[in-house]
Amino acid sequence: METPLSWYLVLAAFLFCIGVYGVLSRRNAIAILMGIELMMNAVNLNLVAFARFVTPTVLTGQVFAIFVMMIAAAEAAVGLALVLAIYRNVRHIQVEDIHLLKS
Amino acid sequence: MSMHQLAFLILGSAVLVSALLVVTVRNIVHAALSLVLCFAGVAGLYVLLQAEFLAVAQVLVYVGAITVLILFAVMLTREITGGQLPALTSQWKWGLAGAWVFLMLLLHVALRGPWMVNTQPPLDSTVTIGMALVQRYVLPFELASVVLLVALVGAVLVAKDERR
Repeated sequence: METPLSWYLVLAAFLFCIGVYGVLSRRNAIAILMGIELMMNAVNLNLVAFARFVTPTVLTGQVFAIFVMMIAAAEAAVGLALVLAIYRNVRHIQVEDIHLLKS
Repeated sequence: MSMHQLAFLILGSAVLVSALLVVTVRNIVHAALSLVLCFAGVAGLYVLLQAEFLAVAQVLVYVGAITVLILFAVMLTREITGGQLPALTSQWKWGLAGAWVFLMLLLHVALRGPWMVNTQPPLDSTVTIGMALVQRYVLPFELASVVLLVALVGAVLVAKDERR
């Protein structure tokens, strides 16, 4: 017997919200990027689950998941480059203490 | 309970536990290693969903490339333990509340159903994705390559040290 679609949706919902919590509560900028990656994985899981159960004859969701993966790779490269640039200027990456524009 | 559901439960609990470790552990290297486990579990779920090509791409892109990139960034910023600072910001309770509300919303939508489940046997995912990428989605496919090129050149420019 197959696993029902709703199990995948519930798992992806939990994974996405763990990612949201990580983005909202971590101090380290790299940990925030990890939370974003968790959210993208949850979205991909949803896309693939829908492609498997709702449209198994065209698999559009899997093509979309590949595009999400491409964007995730570009996002990780740019985000980590920004973290390195910030670290070079202020010598730390604790997001609560980065307020160069505020003063 | 079938073997399929048992495999789903094992993989799903591994994914959730490692994701929780990613957002809670203090040591950022341990968080990155938990992230590897989480990505690998999601790849296993893709295999269960008969998306073999995506499972391999997940291992190559996420487990291989993105994790190495994150570990290099951790090494270059020397923020391995975070010093004496707490791992969470002062508004972590608000973050938890927001994530909880959003979870309730998502669960409400996910369990409301019924979804229009199509019981036809799925196609061979690799062949179908390959045909779709060179026929119907050829323009987004080419655009994505340009996006990747621009993003990587931009990343090099941003990360370069101007003083040299």
